[in-house]
Amino acid sequence: MYQLTTVTKRYQRGKQTINALEGVDLTIATGDQLVVQGPTGGGKSTLLQMLGALDRPTAGSVSIDGTDLARLSEAKLTKVRAATIGFVFQSFNLIPTLSAQENVETALVPLGVKPAARRKRAAEALQLVGLGDRLRHLPSELSGGQQQRVAIARALVKEPKVLLADEPTGNLDEDTRDEIMGLLAGLWKDRGLTFVLVTHDSSIARRAPRLAVINNGRLKVTERTP
Amino acid sequence: MFFTYLRRELRRRRKAALVVALGLALGIGLVITVSSVSTGMRDAQDEVLHSLYGVGTDLTVAKEAKAEEGGSAPQRFKIEGREDGEKASETDDRLMPLGGFDNLDDSVVDKVAAQDGVATAVGALALNDIKFTGDFKPGEMKKEEGKPGSGGGPRVGGGGADIETETFTVMGVDVSALSVGPLSSSKISKGANFAATDTEALKAVVDSAYAKDKDLAVGDKVTIKGKKFEVAGIATADTGASTSNVYIPLAQAQKLADADMKGKVSKVYVKADSSDAIPAVKKAISENVDGATVTSAADLAEQVSGNLSTASNLATNIGKWLSIAVLVAAFLLAGLLTMSAVSRRVREFGTLKAVGWRSGRVVRQVMGEAFANGVLGGALGIGLGLAGAWIVSTVAPTLTATTGGEQPGGPGQGGGPGGGGIAQQLGEGAQQSVDIALKAPVTLSVIVLAVVLAAAGGIIAGCFGGWRAARLRPADALRRVE
Ligand SMILES: Nc1ncnc2c1ncn2[C@@H]1O[C@H](COP(=O)(O)OP(=O)(O)OP(=O)(O)O)[C@@H](O)[C@H]1O
Ligand SMILES: [Mg+2]
Repeated sequence: MYQLTTVTKRYQRGKQTINALEGVDLTIATGDQLVVQGPTGGGKSTLLQMLGALDRPTAGSVSIDGTDLARLSEAKLTKVRAATIGFVFQSFNLIPTLSAQENVETALVPLGVKPAARRKRAAEALQLVGLGDRLRHLPSELSGGQQQRVAIARALVKEPKVLLADEPTGNLDEDTRDEIMGLLAGLWKDRGLTFVLVTHDSSIARRAPRLAVINNGRLKVTERTP
Repeated sequence: MFFTYLRRELRRRRKAALVVALGLALGIGLVITVSSVSTGMRDAQDEVLHSLYGVGTDLTVAKEAKAEEGGSAPQRFKIEGREDGEKASETDDRLMPLGGFDNLDDSVVDKVAAQDGVATAVGALALNDIKFTGDFKPGEMKKEEGKPGSGGGPRVGGGGADIETETFTVMGVDVSALSVGPLSSSKISKGANFAATDTEALKAVVDSAYAKDKDLAVGDKVTIKGKKFEVAGIATADTGASTSNVYIPLAQAQKLADADMKGKVSKVYVKADSSDAIPAVKKAISENVDGATVTSAADLAEQVSGNLSTASNLATNIGKWLSIAVLVAAFLLAGLLTMSAVSRRVREFGTLKAVGWRSGRVVRQVMGEAFANGVLGGALGIGLGLAGAWIVSTVAPTLTATTGGEQPGGPGQGGGPGGGGIAQQLGEGAQQSVDIALKAPVTLSVIVLAVVLAAAGGIIAGCFGGWRAARLRPADALRRVE
């Protein structure tokens, strides 16, 4: 699915240059799960941005099914995001003025799905994450865990090939965290997704089949053959 | 999704929308108020001009003033004493042309009427009636002529005579074309106007102010040169300033005047085919009719002074700049507010981009919201503007327009009420003040302007916000909550 070769990402802040990623080589097979860990400011989110076509690397190549994202125009990157990638964020990132169903629908808008079909698919996706009875609720009317379920429904409603999650349980309490992790793990297995999960949670990391640790922009992968 | 999202934003972030809309509303409201006040000023000026001219009159033609000629003829009074030397009560009635002897020939009316672009041309003869009533003591009055001096005061004593004078102005009007000319700026408030067949009739129309002063009613008689004219109607001048005290048929006026006024008029009142044609008509008359001075409403407008013209200048100049300044400020404010609103929603728009929304779609959403705010601002602004215009109209400050030359005070003969028409007096450098209550009418075009401005304000604000939204990186969605 992914082939990253010597990916470098530099941020210029005034005269200071920050190497958020430094010569990262990484391969992720289709249907694989990768858990990314590392200290704050290590470059985890930056790596996810590269994988998610949110940004282009300063140097190196990020190829997704043979297409090098580093060479694509902004419009093409947008298309890749719309069709292939599902995102789940730490702070849920729901549109506060839209209902749960409408939030899920936003993921189908760029794909040109007709409104009626959009509503139906959004309702089904919410059903799948256990919020079939909360379609018309606003994010502010839902608990943190429920909001993250809506965000997961939004990520999956378009049936992407890749699911990227940046600390999806970072804002949740322990019980809810396990619920959400269980949901994500289940979906990954059922749908054959390629799943990249950034987490601080070492209990999750311990169970991960494949673990990447990123520190000062440098990546080290630990394979664990059960 | 566009409209759903737009509706949700406007409903659930009402306050933010209202702040932008209110900014625009203030600017638009001010534009409406200022525009309607300046429309009111223009209307007031038009009203003044109408009273000077007559509603239907576009131009007047008078004889070119010559320094030597006119006004120099001595006015003499002839009161016959009695042979037997008894105490006598005598009256003399003088009917002299008001503007001296600078009169035009009847043929000028036809000549003017024949010019291109002239719809109607009518002549009118302005006369001044001076009545002397005197008590004469025997022995002191011989067969000689008394010489109290022209235009003396109301009570002149001299040569043993005790003389009272009474003055009023008489206007001979063309009864066949009343829509143009001196009577056109008045409405008949009681009785009836002249009929087209009244050319030789002993009928008169009396100005309401004069009628009130002299206690005249329809059916009463007015004596001019011994002829009794029946009051057919009372005319109320549109702005309270009439052109004459008494109106009689032109032919009668020409016949009764002391000087030989047969076939003479003092002024020709002209109606042009259209207002666009006025300058051309003015030029044609000046060139083709010898010895004529042509005056248009525009010429008179330049002579209108007083606080009306000051206020009018204020409204059109300062008011215009003020509303432009406020409008620009409102647009800028709306733009900046929209931009900051977008900045507060960085994560929201970043998320949409991360989900696969094209930048254009996000920008369109922002523009749509700003445009809706503009429309809301327009609606509120129209409300504010209407309220402002209503307040101005309700308070209705009185404006005074002064017309005529710089020299204050009329000639001595202006002792009678009304003192003659402004149009007549203009030539003599007299002043006349007209009070007008200011109105602020809101025209449809002003409303249209407001709607256009609201749309423009929304679009400008949208451009600010859209520009900000377009520059957002989708990666911003991953930023921590600040
Ligand atoms: N837009 C940016 N401009 C400048 N520097 C940036 C930008 N984004 C990230 N960085 C820097 O790049 C480095 C890596 O950031 P990144 O967000 O990838 O870290 P992280 O591992 O996700 O940390 P955390 O666990 O706190 O989320 C940090 O030093 C950060 O300050
Ligand atoms: Mg991070």
